[in-house]
Amino acid sequence: MSVGPAAEPAAPTTWQRFRQHRMALVGTVVLGLLLTVVLLGPLIWSVPIDTIDFRARLALPSAAHPLGTDDLGQDLLARLLYGGRVSLAVGLCAMLVAVVIGTLIGAIAGMSRGPLDAFLMWVTDLFLALPTLPLLLLIIYLFRDALTGLVGPEVGVFVLIIAVVGGLRWMPVARLVRAQFLTIREREFVEAARALGASRLRQVVQHILPNALGPVIVVGTISVAEAIIAESTLSFLGLGFPPDTPTWGRILFDAKDFLSIAPHWALFPGLAIFLTVLSINFIGDGLRDALDPRKVR
Amino acid sequence: MTAPLLSVRDLTKTFPTRSGMFSRNKLAVHAVDGVSFDIGQGQTLGVVGESGCGKSTTGRCILRLIEPSGGSVVFDGKDVLALDAKGQQALRRDMQIIFQDPFASLNPRMTVGAIVAEAMTIHGLGADAADRRARVATLLARVGLKPEHMGRYPHEFSGGQRQRIGIARALAVEPKLIVCDEAVSALDVSVQAQVLNLLKDLQDELGLAYMFIAHDLSVVENVSDRIAVMYLGRVVEIADAADLYARPQHPYTEALLSAIPIPEPGRRKTRRKLEGEMPNPITPPGGCHFHTRCPIRKLPLCATERPEMKPCSAGHMVACHLRG
Repeated sequence: MSVGPAAEPAAPTTWQRFRQHRMALVGTVVLGLLLTVVLLGPLIWSVPIDTIDFRARLALPSAAHPLGTDDLGQDLLARLLYGGRVSLAVGLCAMLVAVVIGTLIGAIAGMSRGPLDAFLMWVTDLFLALPTLPLLLLIIYLFRDALTGLVGPEVGVFVLIIAVVGGLRWMPVARLVRAQFLTIREREFVEAARALGASRLRQVVQHILPNALGPVIVVGTISVAEAIIAESTLSFLGLGFPPDTPTWGRILFDAKDFLSIAPHWALFPGLAIFLTVLSINFIGDGLRDALDPRKVR
Repeated sequence: MTAPLLSVRDLTKTFPTRSGMFSRNKLAVHAVDGVSFDIGQGQTLGVVGESGCGKSTTGRCILRLIEPSGGSVVFDGKDVLALDAKGQQALRRDMQIIFQDPFASLNPRMTVGAIVAEAMTIHGLGADAADRRARVATLLARVGLKPEHMGRYPHEFSGGQRQRIGIARALAVEPKLIVCDEAVSALDVSVQAQVLNLLKDLQDELGLAYMFIAHDLSVVENVSDRIAVMYLGRVVEIADAADLYARPQHPYTEALLSAIPIPEPGRRKTRRKLEGEMPNPITPPGGCHFHTRCPIRKLPLCATERPEMKPCSAGHMVACHLRG
């Protein structure tokens, strides 16, 4: 009997499927450009980030200052390039922390059933109900000095912020992963794996997790944006990086009082955050589709 | 007679339920309620019954995909329910399952090759990756697919082809018994016949035993050596296939048989219609579970006492107060 899709080329690989997602490709290019500029830019544009020049206060973009200056006459391009390193690193690392913790807790809860599941979900609800800001204050007051003493002020604050931002954003991921696990673990292909003698770890890694990951990726990309914003909130409250360390969020907050006189000051960091978040979201969309072999365009 | 390959005695499975959110009194669904049967080496036992009668649960209990609440399952001389982890792992090689829904039973994110090869990886079959690949190719060819299909994903295949992939996966560990859980119910009639023929060929070639679960008698007729009819968690009649079709004893079996359409114009058959719905398995009727819908004359006994299985002729058992 005739069987099968006849001799066509083999199924497209993940990368081939990703390439067909045009917006994801654009997002990858934009994010790649941002990363390159932020990493290599300071080598080329070697203006110091903290040279105060009151003669050029709130200057509009010009040859000397391509993106203008702030209220202290500091060069915005230099500050944006430097701040981009911090903001992007914080956003990506905090997202990773949130996704890893959330996936672990959600997976354990979804697989265990019974008291452990109930306990983990109780912890998740507890974290969701906690008022974030007072908790942040507490954690930072408690650990900032110890950590900065251990690894230096910059790295210490960086680690602390990632831990705090990521550590308070894993709950939606955990709930999502648990819900996915609860449905997928009852699907017949998981039962088939069980019938074949697959260990629990194999069932999770090989069968359940890959099928649960789509929505997690989307939530993960959104949390990158949240993390960048959260970092700026912390900096604004004086709990994040010291005020003389520019980050995108920090620059944006500093600019808000001068919005009517010097809109360029807020425009460029805002644009940078916007582009980053947008391109990461598109990449997330593309990844989700690319990881699903059923999606054929 | 030699010992059967699989011997199931008084298998029960109850699922606890609670009637309401705040209600304290726990109820239980008696999904499987004292089921006994044997399957011999290379034999096929057909199991039929309406949806919800516990036939799939029975199959899963035998494989220990669901832990049974009671009874015994002896496979190849080993007490299945008393096996330790290692013994159970060995058992997984001997007993396999093919599922009803060919769209749900294959991981959409794995290639066909990976799906079939996984069993070999788990059980350490095959010398190396190349050897396993060759084995997968052989298996795919054996079930009527092409070895080139290895690199494809399940969604690229039709229902019948996907069911063949499921069969190849089950065969990968060289089992002795395969539970076919409504394996052809989701397929078109023409494809059904192809898959049934494939299963039959495999049986002749490899000496497989099947427990063939289906919800209608016409499907199991051609493949089964023996047939068990289930109703509300109990086996009501079990007999050789030909005998059951020729001389059904239980009124429920009669009703099921009379429901098979005969493709012959002009021929009229007296249909025994069953009245009413299947009772709720949380609160099954007392005595004979079937007495609420039984079309033949009722004794008072029917409502009070559970009928035991008793032989009515050689190899033919029936659980009815009025028959046998």
